Amino acid sequence: MAYVPLADQDKDHELHDPHTFITKYVWSQDHKVIAIQYGGTAICVGLVALVLSMMMRLQLGFPDSFTLIDPSSYYQAVTMHGMIMVVYLLTALFLGGFGNYLIPLMCGARDMVFPFLNMLSFWVYLLSVLILMSSFFVTGGPTGAGWTLYPPQTITPGTPGHDTGILLMLISLGVFIIAFTMGGLNYVTTVLQARAKGLTMMRLPLSVWGILVATILGLFAFPALLVSAIMMTFDLTLGTSFFMPAIMAAGEQLDYNGGSPILFQHLFWFFGHPEVYIVALPAFGLVSDVLSTHARKNIFGYRMMVWAIIAIGGLSFIVWAHHMYVSGMNPYFGFFFATTTLIIAVPTAMKVYNWVLTLWEGDIRLNTPMLFAIGFVFTFIHGGLTGLFLGNVVIDLPLSDTYFVVAHFHMVMGVSPVLVLFASLYHWYPKITGRMMNETLGKVHFWCTFLGTYAIYLPMHYLGFLGVPRRYYAMGSTDFIPESAQALNANITVAALFVAAVQILFFVNVFWSLRNGKPSGNNPWGATSLEWQTTETPPKHGNWGSDLPVVHRWAYDYSVPGYPQDFIPQNVPGDFGVSEDHDHETEMKEGPLAN
Amino acid sequence: MSEAVASNLDTPKSGLPGLVDDWTSDKQTYHVPWGKAMMWIFLVSDTFIFSCFLVGYMTVRMTTAEPWPLPTDVFALSLFGSDPIPLILIAIMTFILITSSGTMALAVNYGYRGDKRKTMYLMLATAALGASFVGMQAFEWTKLISEGVRPWENPWGAPQFGSVFFMVTGFHGLHVTGGVIYLAVVARKVAKGHYDKKGYEIVEIAGLYWHFVDLVWVFIFAFFYLW
Repeated sequence: MAYVPLADQDKDHELHDPHTFITKYVWSQDHKVIAIQYGGTAICVGLVALVLSMMMRLQLGFPDSFTLIDPSSYYQAVTMHGMIMVVYLLTALFLGGFGNYLIPLMCGARDMVFPFLNMLSFWVYLLSVLILMSSFFVTGGPTGAGWTLYPPQTITPGTPGHDTGILLMLISLGVFIIAFTMGGLNYVTTVLQARAKGLTMMRLPLSVWGILVATILGLFAFPALLVSAIMMTFDLTLGTSFFMPAIMAAGEQLDYNGGSPILFQHLFWFFGHPEVYIVALPAFGLVSDVLSTHARKNIFGYRMMVWAIIAIGGLSFIVWAHHMYVSGMNPYFGFFFATTTLIIAVPTAMKVYNWVLTLWEGDIRLNTPMLFAIGFVFTFIHGGLTGLFLGNVVIDLPLSDTYFVVAHFHMVMGVSPVLVLFASLYHWYPKITGRMMNETLGKVHFWCTFLGTYAIYLPMHYLGFLGVPRRYYAMGSTDFIPESAQALNANITVAALFVAAVQILFFVNVFWSLRNGKPSGNNPWGATSLEWQTTETPPKHGNWGSDLPVVHRWAYDYSVPGYPQDFIPQNVPGDFGVSEDHDHETEMKEGPLAN
Repeated sequence: MSEAVASNLDTPKSGLPGLVDDWTSDKQTYHVPWGKAMMWIFLVSDTFIFSCFLVGYMTVRMTTAEPWPLPTDVFALSLFGSDPIPLILIAIMTFILITSSGTMALAVNYGYRGDKRKTMYLMLATAALGASFVGMQAFEWTKLISEGVRPWENPWGAPQFGSVFFMVTGFHGLHVTGGVIYLAVVARKVAKGHYDKKGYEIVEIAGLYWHFVDLVWVFIFAFFYLW
């Protein structure tokens, strides 16, 4: 029996519309509902991480004034903040949230290819979150090993949560990886196999490209984390010695010998570095679409943007040991990994240039999503430049484990993706709810967040140069650190509290606009990509009504000369003006220009 | 409508032009059902898991200070009162698993021919061979445990020997067990005519998984038992 692609199947095939409340909103197989479930859960758990960071900041800024946390719970806060933000918030929100919502809509599909698996993915993710959160309530509390979970200290007595806390963390990570795999397989298969008629890969919006490549990275990188989590679980519970060398703890010889702690670091960072791009690539994609839409211009160098995403994805697998310059590995490795690290800066810089060139002479509309998107370009350039410092072995050695590193990675993979998240939430909120968000509140939110993050992280770079070490409960009195550093620390804390408080505006805006926002219509921004062309907003189950859309152009036909509107939706037929797509070889042979 | 880039799926080309056609086509990149594409992607991901396990194994084998036990001695078995024959059980297990790949391939063939009965029997034969593999693995585990091998120690040398052995063969054994269940379920559905409308690609998809599990075993066999 011949296999018929989705886009060629009869249009009157049955759609299983859910009818009860439970199947519609709880055990839903609709990608849009699953996306909101994923996003809501991720944001809730992210708020926990935010509160943890505020507790740490209070301690660091005013070391003698607060008794909120002791040294042990400080480490626990550091660990949980890091792990939650990187894995359970950013990965889940970009891929589980935006991936789920946008992939089928942007590809012109009715849903993910396996909706049941997709639903399962969310519920397993929720389970992993619950396991992680439960570690706050067990004896000894959550693990305090740092989010990198380096052995041997992770499981030696003296580290907070070295028995139950770490076990729950490892189990939670394993469960998360299972959830991610189920979702990820769906995302990749949907993009490859369920696109609409006419929607070639090189006509996809960059959002889909970013999410696709990030998901592939996840499918190849999370296995390393899974394996290291399994091995560490055995070291912890069975007394094997995969990662544990012969070691003394608290004056006693522990029952381990011959393991390799550095093996864990290699496995962890073989996951950990691609993880940076699992978070960054969807952000790159989403921000490209936001910038292009609100600048009313096609994205500059679409083809190169796609290749840059792919190149970054490939290179991200061979740079991992730049996190390990001080680990005691062979120094020649440092040379290799410093070189690859500098090479990966090339496609990344290309993307930054292209974003700036997209803005160049555009008809820029400075609304809230656009402000956040432009803010991202700033923070990403700053975070990226300090990455060049840390990528070089000789400069990294003195800066290792100082606040310079903290400032760098918060700038590049904390603040930058979060700004994109906000840009995307403001941008796609009208599609998700059918209402616009409040612009004034949004702009206040942006300026306070954007300037506030600089108030937090710029001084941190300076503290790092002074040599202030990271992960210290209190600086104490050290000769090489001047007294004034403490004043700076207090400043940072005040700024951080302010930025955290400002986020309330965002939540107020989200919930207020749900009822009181201006109705958005189907396409409030005048955008070209398919998700804005649905007949109903929010799109109903099945997305497209009886007929799947047919795509006739790329996603960036903005301000095409000779066309009455300043945008041409992807599903509008006809040949207007110039689009980059038209120099495509196949198009030349078979497309309209050949006629 | 004419503007859409024509899908070149009807006349697939080979080599590089074919690759370019696949990736520049609309609708779908590969002319295969969703499930098959998804299985391939999953298998690549799973390859990374097993690769990490094997790399981890090689690393601890190099870092541990104690000597590594000799596989030829540890995995030797007396048959009917003979002298211990090195690796005999593993050889039989490997032979069985590779044979099961053969029956699986036949099942796929009969599936596409629409011969439901033969397909079902061949899939059940594959599952039975897989189950006997797991059974022999259980026997091997029992034997080693009775000789004093534990994940944290063993009588002959580096404690990592037991750790790696139980972890890697256990993880692979779980894959085989899962595969046996998967095959049994699909075989039952084949017999009931579930796939008459959808087509019998599912047999091939199950087969992909099964061949993958076999292939992984070849690597485990080579790196763990022969090295």
